[in-house]
Amino acid sequence: MGATSIPVMAPAAAEIFLAIAGMILLMAGVFRKSGSMAVVSWGAVVALILAAVLVLTHGGTSAEPVFFGMFSTGPFAQFAKLLVLAGSAIAIVMSLDYMKREGIDRFEFPVLVVLATLGMMMMVSANDLIGLYVGLELQSLSLYVIASIRRDSLRSTEAGLKYFVLGAISSGMLLYGSSMIYGFAGTTDFNGLAQVFSKLGDSGPAVGVIIGLVFVISGLAFKVSAVPFHMWTPDVYEGSPTPVTALFAIAPKVAAVALLLRVMIEPFGDLIAQWQQVIVLISIFSMVLGAFAAMVQTSIKRLMAYSSIGHMGFLLVGIAAGNESGVSGVLIYLFVYLFMNVGTFACILSMRQQGRYVEGIGDLSGLSKTHPMMAFALLIFLFSMAGIPPLAGFFGKWYVFMAAIESGLYALAIIGVLASVVGAFYYLRIIKIMYFDEADEPLDAEIGGEMRVVMLVTAAVTLLFFVLPAPIVATARAAASALMGG
Amino acid sequence: MYVAIVFLPALGALIAGTFRAQLGDRGSQLVTCGAMGLSMILGIVAFIDVALGGNTRTIELFDWISSGSMQASWALKFDTLTAVMVMVVTVVSTMVHVYSIGYMSHDPHKPRFMAYLSMFTFAMLMLVTADNLVQLFFGWEGVGLASYLLIGFWYHKPTANAAAIKAFVVNRVGDFGFALGIFGVYILFDTVSFDAIFAAAASKQEASITFLWWEANAITVLSILLFIGAMGKSAQLGLHTWLPDAMEGPTPVSALIHAATMVTAGVFMVARLSPLIEYSADALTVITFVGAATAFFAATVGLCQNDIKRVIAYSTCSQLGYMFFALGVSAYSAAIFHLMTHAFFKALLFLGAGSVIHAMSDEQDMRKMGGIWRKIPLTYSLMWIGSLALAGVPFFAGYYSKDLIIEAAFASGSAVGEFAFWMGITAAVLTAFYSWRLIIMTFHGKTRASDEVFSHVHESPKVMTIPLIVLAIGAIFSGWLGYDLFAGDARADFWGPALLVLEGHDTIEGAHHVPLWVKLCPIIAGVLGIGTAYWFYMLNPSIPGKLATTFRPIYLFLLNKWYFDELYDAVFVRPAMRIGRALWKGGDGAIIDGFGPDGISAVARVLAGRAGRLQTGYVYHYAFAMLIGVIGFVSWFVLV
Repeated sequence: MGATSIPVMAPAAAEIFLAIAGMILLMAGVFRKSGSMAVVSWGAVVALILAAVLVLTHGGTSAEPVFFGMFSTGPFAQFAKLLVLAGSAIAIVMSLDYMKREGIDRFEFPVLVVLATLGMMMMVSANDLIGLYVGLELQSLSLYVIASIRRDSLRSTEAGLKYFVLGAISSGMLLYGSSMIYGFAGTTDFNGLAQVFSKLGDSGPAVGVIIGLVFVISGLAFKVSAVPFHMWTPDVYEGSPTPVTALFAIAPKVAAVALLLRVMIEPFGDLIAQWQQVIVLISIFSMVLGAFAAMVQTSIKRLMAYSSIGHMGFLLVGIAAGNESGVSGVLIYLFVYLFMNVGTFACILSMRQQGRYVEGIGDLSGLSKTHPMMAFALLIFLFSMAGIPPLAGFFGKWYVFMAAIESGLYALAIIGVLASVVGAFYYLRIIKIMYFDEADEPLDAEIGGEMRVVMLVTAAVTLLFFVLPAPIVATARAAASALMGG
Repeated sequence: MYVAIVFLPALGALIAGTFRAQLGDRGSQLVTCGAMGLSMILGIVAFIDVALGGNTRTIELFDWISSGSMQASWALKFDTLTAVMVMVVTVVSTMVHVYSIGYMSHDPHKPRFMAYLSMFTFAMLMLVTADNLVQLFFGWEGVGLASYLLIGFWYHKPTANAAAIKAFVVNRVGDFGFALGIFGVYILFDTVSFDAIFAAAASKQEASITFLWWEANAITVLSILLFIGAMGKSAQLGLHTWLPDAMEGPTPVSALIHAATMVTAGVFMVARLSPLIEYSADALTVITFVGAATAFFAATVGLCQNDIKRVIAYSTCSQLGYMFFALGVSAYSAAIFHLMTHAFFKALLFLGAGSVIHAMSDEQDMRKMGGIWRKIPLTYSLMWIGSLALAGVPFFAGYYSKDLIIEAAFASGSAVGEFAFWMGITAAVLTAFYSWRLIIMTFHGKTRASDEVFSHVHESPKVMTIPLIVLAIGAIFSGWLGYDLFAGDARADFWGPALLVLEGHDTIEGAHHVPLWVKLCPIIAGVLGIGTAYWFYMLNPSIPGKLATTFRPIYLFLLNKWYFDELYDAVFVRPAMRIGRALWKGGDGAIIDGFGPDGISAVARVLAGRAGRLQTGYVYHYAFAMLIGVIGFVSWFVLV
């Protein structure tokens, strides 16, 4: 491919489409005077769905990387992108009612979500440390703004600022690590790096490469909010408006986990002996801290922050396994995680008292009597997150732990199971509050139509996953084998 | 059809149990009785087809356990032994079901009761139709569970709960032996299927097995272990203590336990395993001894009991002793024959006693009865029939089977056989005595009941008396009808391969050729017992009191059932409670809870608090944590 010829565009069709759609939506928002939020939002949802169609049609083949080796596609990226697109689209749908009620129905929100999603898709498809960074920054910058979208609220702006400052530090680490790696390996291209590391002799990699790798992992661990790079998560989750929290908990997590998985397996696959140690450690820290710190929370959003830290720990177990079943386990877990979290946030977003949104765990008391269906749905999600069979969350955990055992990480698997026992406590506590405590002040009876649909669908998927897991498992396996083979 | 026999009661139990609110009392009674009735008719047809027609069959339902060489399936094995049991179980159980409609008419939980009864029957049918040891064990445990539920049916009564627990726990002791026996059989034969075990039994005669530290003949050890299981279920001496207490359940339950579904399981199991046990002379000796001792022991205790149901309960215990020593002298067919006749007259006696209790406004103490025979003539005459059969008076059912057993014991010629013979004769005297003591105390003399109770005495409704009449017919004719089949010259053809009696063990044949005095002994014993009772309680009622004061220690010894309960209480129950309490307070409470759940949760709470406090809210703290993390990881690699 000559430098002057026009590059092949087709593999990136979805990303290109989304970029254009984002700009069109921005224009539409700017030129429509008022009430543009709903139109732009639904437009964004449609754009995300169309992008998903394009991903399905164009993103499935493992072709040669395009754009000078920057961008690659394949079943793995396709799987992750579909999850990301689904997460973003649902987050927008769930935000509609909330934003309007809270008076922050700005059209910028859906536009920023679209742009962040574009960044996530580029992250997932990155085939070069530079491409990775570009995608990551596009995503991050959009999310910083989204976090402080309620700009007249102290908490929201504080959340955005914290996220921005700490995110900048993590970006710095990532860049610093990348430059170290470039310095010692001589390339930033994933395939090139893999080639370099595959030729290492018995002496092992240079110290500089390892230090660079640690920095890269740290930068990415910040994005998946793994301990000890998690500190921003509870504050940002709590401070941001709830639909934003829902978005944060879902799409960027999926993208960042997929990215981390890809970086570990593809360019650094031969350095598994080195990075496995780090991943195992942060996995253990995340699982344990997620389980313990969540216990004392009173705000359900903070609790969800620690819950997601814990889930990231479990996902890192699958990454640490570093084998094909680990990769497929992580993908299955991500799929399940998406549905559980969307469902839970749909419930949280339906928590209102006299028109006001509330987020205390205690506000859920007596929910089983006032909202039996919602309580039951939340019960399913919480049981699933606690990993109780036969709900979907159990299978997610099961696959990653099996993978860990397959690669001999027994201690990690045992700690993981113990942490999930501790974690079960705080999920069960919410269930106890919903089912056995008396309500002081019942939640409002009215639940939006979108929320009902979201809750119903996610609860059904979570509950019935075990009936027909084969399609998801088979797809995840295919994606995993493509990644490992590539 | 064969499948339906077994599963109809289960279906009835399921429907009545699940839809008890929708069906109501009447509906659940109809469903369970209907299912049982159908099962009974099919059971009789099966008896005719299998036992009389010789069409033995095994119906494979589906695989249950398949793991390496461990193969167990759900299968219904119908041979003559099973067919006899199925007929007895379904007939008696159906009668009990129908009777319960009347007896439980004042109880608020009729559907639950009916469902339990049907479940009990289903478990027993599963047990008798098993074609492997594991399935037998399933039925065995099912029977145990159902008996627990039924004995404790009136769960608001503490005594009923205690009795239910006692029955369950004592049975578990036996079950432990049984389970060990099953494991041992699997080790020795590498299979749990009856046919395969029996085919291989002869070749394993000399095999030995190490049990604890003691090397012994394998078949002897296994037979004794399995017999311990039978002892528990069939209330043999040592593990009999639950049976009298089981009277706490409603009377139909007692009838079911004593006649059809529970205590006969042990007898059946030993008979079923005759092709195995027959190869161990030592095990047979043990069985004979235990059986004979039980027959005697229970009969002596029966002399002094005042609760009408307890008298009958000890009589069951005693009759089971007869069955076991019959098994022990290889007279398996005599044991099963007695099992069948006993099922009829014991169910009759129990349900009759229930009818008396019903008439007496729930009074069970015989000292507060008397003089009511004119008021309830039907029950009175039915009790006579039952007692005549029990005492072995000629031409009633018990006469044929009990005499056969006693003669077979004599014919065995061994020392333990002779012991069993004399014990059997003694017990026969005692049996006749306490049976008439019961009749006279309950029905004759001047009434000792209060006027109010006495004036209320009434005959039971037809729904209760008709089952009694059916059972009475059985109690009169079953011996006469069955004798030729079970013990006549054609018995080998009748039983087919279901029972195995080795060459030289054929005591039934011997029983037909015993001296005349042996044949007369049981009859004389019966007459002697009845006469003494008549003299003691009818003609000269002061004698029993005088005897009791003169031989006070013996009287108290018998009244207190040989102090078995007290002994067990002191040796097992109280030490076990003490150990349990120590482990609970010290082991579990202090150590496990202290360091385990309580300790961990306390630590967890502290940790959680700390983890929460880490979250200061200051950006520079957060950044610091990140940097420390990176530095930590880097130094890990550089230094290590």
